[in-house]
Amino acid sequence: MMRRNDVRARNHPAYWAFLVHRLSGLALALFLPVHFWALGQAIAGEQALDGFLRFADRPLFKFAEWGLVVLLSLHLMGGLRLLVIEFAPWTHLRKDWLAVGLGVGACTGLAFLLALLR
Amino acid sequence: MDMLEVRVWRSAGEGGFISYRVPRHTSQTVLDVVTYIQRQLQPDLGYRYACRVGMCGSCAMTVNGKARWTCRTHVSKVAADGRLEVAPLANLPVIKDLVTDMSGFFDKWAQAKGSFTGTLTRHDDFARVPPASPRRQAVDAGIECIGCGVCYASCDVVAWRPDYLGPAALNRAWTLVNDERDTQGAERLRAVAGDAGCHSCHTQGSCTERCPKAIAPTAGIAGLKRMAAKAAMKGDL
Amino acid sequence: MAAMNVRTQARLWYFQRVSAMVLALFVAVHIGIVVYAVRGGLSGAEILARTHGSIAFAFFYGVFVLACAVHVPIGLLRIAQEWLRWRGPSAVAAALAFAVLLAVMGLRAVYGVVA
Repeated sequence: MMRRNDVRARNHPAYWAFLVHRLSGLALALFLPVHFWALGQAIAGEQALDGFLRFADRPLFKFAEWGLVVLLSLHLMGGLRLLVIEFAPWTHLRKDWLAVGLGVGACTGLAFLLALLR
Repeated sequence: MDMLEVRVWRSAGEGGFISYRVPRHTSQTVLDVVTYIQRQLQPDLGYRYACRVGMCGSCAMTVNGKARWTCRTHVSKVAADGRLEVAPLANLPVIKDLVTDMSGFFDKWAQAKGSFTGTLTRHDDFARVPPASPRRQAVDAGIECIGCGVCYASCDVVAWRPDYLGPAALNRAWTLVNDERDTQGAERLRAVAGDAGCHSCHTQGSCTERCPKAIAPTAGIAGLKRMAAKAAMKGDL
Repeated sequence: MAAMNVRTQARLWYFQRVSAMVLALFVAVHIGIVVYAVRGGLSGAEILARTHGSIAFAFFYGVFVLACAVHVPIGLLRIAQEWLRWRGPSAVAAALAFAVLLAVMGLRAVYGVVA
């Protein structure tokens, strides 16, 4: 038998970054086909697209949209950090990028929220 | 007399934690605690150590969930509330109690072509390697590995992919592909590329966080990713 | 994991990183567009008024879709192999199928709003 690690071994910033990156990527991957389908409704005419947009004009949907934009932002920033780690000269695990990434994610979330409320 | 509550993994079949009470002293290490338990309380407790001064890496175990050298882990640092949990290293088969079978770990070292192959003999002059060259600096950053297994035990990709070579083997391969005297570069790159090799590293960084020698296997693995991908795109892999 | 040889596995890593670099630019622009567009609510008329007949839009989002079709399935394949223990040719085939799905649905959507 083999012992496996638990959360105590994973409780450090670079690991949280991995988890956020993977889970956000998974959520976005599952969202994309839905997103493409919704926009493809335009083929059936403006009414069809409008019909879907009106259906999506409710708080739960808006919250989900906001969530997805934040996840996209985080996935982008986490991805940039990985590209820097993998392709630029090594200077440790780039934890400064984690902080900046969170900041950008927060800013994007705020910008989207403000735009929604306009 | 302050006492420590120490849970120690004992394996007979499935295994489980047994609790012991150990007298607490100043400047006590976790290895001191395990040794006390074996000598005074549980004579058949199986565990490994050798140098007890942080040179050999034999005493690596999981302490409060994290892989560490027990001889270099002060109880005062990890047992804030007087509690300790000691278990064998993760990701390796448990032989008995705190002892793991390291042969898989070293087999992967060999699979990664983690040994030096040169052309010079003792009749030739010494090779001259400038220590400040970028390649030698890359080697020097990873050369101090003593094969303790802490990084391997800390890596989730090792747990998720049974054939993943692991941080130590890949780090050693990195030090060799950058060694200008070595002649096995192409074969080694082939050995460490792909899903069982460097390209499965997700930069979780647990290896770099936990290495007692402050080596960053993540750095070497990133380097191998670039080299191997370049070779693959050129059709050289 | 002998579904693919080592050279292919290494190339997949490379393609995922290159598509990531491409996507970094496209996503940044897209987020800007989204935040701008969502002000005052979304409507079919507003969206289509901007996208109808726009070559620039078609090109931008067409490339965006194709980059996604490369980047996303490779990531999903990793998750399948590591978290679902789904390995071998069937997992690779599923990833490939998802790539085709994204490309087809995505380009259809681009066509839908531009044509």
